[in-house]
Amino acid sequence: MSANRKAPEGRARAPRWAIWLPLAFFVGFVALVMTGLLKPADRTVRSALVGKPMPSFDLPPALPGRPGLSSSELANGKVHLVNIFASWCIPCRVEAPQLAQLQRAGVEIEGISVRDSRENLEGFLATNGDPFDSIGADDDGQVQLALGSSGVPETYIVDGKGVIRYQHVGEIRPEQLDVILARIQEAGQ
Amino acid sequence: MIAELGLAALWLAAALAGLQLLGGMLGLTRKGEALGRVVRPVAVVQGLLALCAFFCLIYVFAITDLSVKLVALNSHSLKPLIFKIAGAWGNHEGSMLLWVTVMGVAGGFVALIERRLPERTMLATLAGQAFVSLGFYAFLLLSSNPFERLSPVPAEGQGLNPLLQDLGLAFHPPTLYLGYVGLSVAFSFAIGALVTREVGSAFARAMRPWVLAAWIFLTVGITAGSYWAYYELGWGGWWFWDPVENASLMPWLAATALLHSVSVLAARDALRTWTVMLGVVAFSMSMVGTFLVRSGILTSVHAFAVDPERGSFILALLAINIGGALTLFALRAATVSEGARFAPMSREGALVINNVLLCAILGIVLFGTLYPLVAEALGAQVSVGPPYFNPMSALFAVPMLVVLAVGPMLRWRRDDFARIGKSLVIPAMLVVVMSGALVAVADVALLPFLGLLLGVGLAWASVLPLRGRNLRRLPLAVWGMVVAHFGIAVALIGMSSESAFSTEKLVAVEVGEITQVGPWGVKLDRIEPVAGPNWTALEARLLVRYGPDGKVTRLTPQSRTFWAPPQNTSESALLTRWNGQLYAVLGGEGEDGRWQLRLWWKPLVPLIWLGGLLIALGGLLALLGRVATDVRRSIQSDRIAERREGEEKLREDRA
Repeated sequence: MSANRKAPEGRARAPRWAIWLPLAFFVGFVALVMTGLLKPADRTVRSALVGKPMPSFDLPPALPGRPGLSSSELANGKVHLVNIFASWCIPCRVEAPQLAQLQRAGVEIEGISVRDSRENLEGFLATNGDPFDSIGADDDGQVQLALGSSGVPETYIVDGKGVIRYQHVGEIRPEQLDVILARIQEAGQ
Repeated sequence: MIAELGLAALWLAAALAGLQLLGGMLGLTRKGEALGRVVRPVAVVQGLLALCAFFCLIYVFAITDLSVKLVALNSHSLKPLIFKIAGAWGNHEGSMLLWVTVMGVAGGFVALIERRLPERTMLATLAGQAFVSLGFYAFLLLSSNPFERLSPVPAEGQGLNPLLQDLGLAFHPPTLYLGYVGLSVAFSFAIGALVTREVGSAFARAMRPWVLAAWIFLTVGITAGSYWAYYELGWGGWWFWDPVENASLMPWLAATALLHSVSVLAARDALRTWTVMLGVVAFSMSMVGTFLVRSGILTSVHAFAVDPERGSFILALLAINIGGALTLFALRAATVSEGARFAPMSREGALVINNVLLCAILGIVLFGTLYPLVAEALGAQVSVGPPYFNPMSALFAVPMLVVLAVGPMLRWRRDDFARIGKSLVIPAMLVVVMSGALVAVADVALLPFLGLLLGVGLAWASVLPLRGRNLRRLPLAVWGMVVAHFGIAVALIGMSSESAFSTEKLVAVEVGEITQVGPWGVKLDRIEPVAGPNWTALEARLLVRYGPDGKVTRLTPQSRTFWAPPQNTSESALLTRWNGQLYAVLGGEGEDGRWQLRLWWKPLVPLIWLGGLLIALGGLLALLGRVATDVRRSIQSDRIAERREGEEKLREDRA
């Protein structure tokens, strides 16, 4: 039986270096995890919809006097950025400046406002700016579900044929603008 | 205002942890002895302050103070109050605050009541506890402040993952945390003992109740978590070898080993180095587990809190705490004096085998959990699942269970098999009869087959230590051992039966149609919409009947849609009989008006969790027994001390 071998105080002592084994193992663990953590990991969510046409929808205008949004309008030969947002969503406020910057760069941005009221939406746009060409009202969240979007905000790059080329989950941060712009250019080629 | 109060309490607690560390370290030197005296009170106040901060967080969640960022991100005014409160720890910052709170309170408690250890070891222990806490305070205050304000104040919060809106899950993480962090006390004791080289029975007795308590919470937490996954996720499985589950299993395995080796150390003063190492390893496994869950470095089916940046911070903490402790261990272990010796065939011998096998299983689970990382570093993507874990862990679990059947009957120091062999005849015969019956009646795979045999044999063998003893005068700790070992047999039978005899059926039925699963007839009676506080659902009314002439019972599985945030979940419906569970899940509607139903009949499956609870109950009995003995002893020693004082006084008076 292994009593004496395994119990270090037994007569047949384990070799001296054995006492360092736990530490050596732990150092190996840390090294392994470091490679996992520090590697510039590709953490983008690959949506099943990337490369597929936009699901068809026809949303009424979210604000009176402004156009709504339908999937057929997206396939008009131009690249569109479709942004799913809501006035009750905090990260949406965070990304507002970035959307404004994209608009200034000439990107056509369409909005889908999810489960929102007119008053709240107007207030949101008044405080945070309004980069949208058109805003469709997705009052029951059905389009959001159809897009496989898990929450707000989410942004899709749709090419001229109405095909989704890129999905960005969560708010667009300043440091991510370059990536977004590059993807828009790719989609336009 | 309350949020600021909480933050202030947190900063103060952190400062006191610093003082505790400093006082503990200086107290060990000759010049700083006076400073050592502040350590105990400081530890108590630190615990109280952390508790205060935690209550502040609960308060802002309870009143849904949306100006606090954490509340706005994780709560919603429409949520039921109990889930608002549970939301306080259902997120990263809150759970870390819970962590330091439990650590602080446990440390304060040790400082308040532990008087058996030499004062120097106590100082080193409390300093160690403060050192670990300090790292987590820094983590909280610098990178994940739970009390951060938000401006402007949003009109409404962002809800909570609806999967988490479940009572079981609301109390699952805190239970596990109590276990994880309870092990921190064992860790600190080990550090303290290494610093002063005082490893012995007193050290083991001081450490044992903490290990026991932590182990009880871990057992309950794992059992509850497994049941939660079983009925909430709607997959019909009860254990997935998911990294998050493994993260709680690994500390449990280490704590189980520690629990047994600490008993050897307390009773026989043997296994000194080994016990100290397990003390370090058990809490290390808790921290590694937390790290794996929090960092999102391993892809897991239920990674609810994923954040690589915070992962780096926890990794740094891990490296400092565990690396430091293991270095200290390597430097000091050789100088800890040798403990008592024993023959291989003895209670100690059996416990050593149990320890080694438990550690082997721990190694297998750890390796399987980390292997995807190794593979990724080598450029491949793999996931490791039951085909690896089941046979590999069984390889060591089977001999361990055999030893478990025999070990408790062996005497300390030296014994021979002939003495106990006779009593094992009946369980051995049970196993033989059972295996014959199983081969004759059913076609069962190897692992469940072995499991059923071992379970039945062990159930009998586990109560044998009661034989020939006066049950009224039997110490509670022995009762605890018997109950816990019996619980293992019960759980084992449940697990094996579930995998050997379950029947599953996936059908699409029209309203009014009857389908069969196992001995059950199931009729889809109607489908109707129902509304809850923050969800709406389609509810199926199933009329089920056991056998041809059983009583008709109603089952109502739901397909729920939450609206904040929008998410679909399926609420399974369970019907428990003494011999198993019927499990029903409602799927979507087909195009032809049929409804998808998923049905399972799982014989004896509740035994898994009943066994888990029995194991925990055994632990509780042992803990109560130990604490009662400790209290009695300390009262006696107080009395002796009093009498001595009295005698001395008398003598002085006479003189």
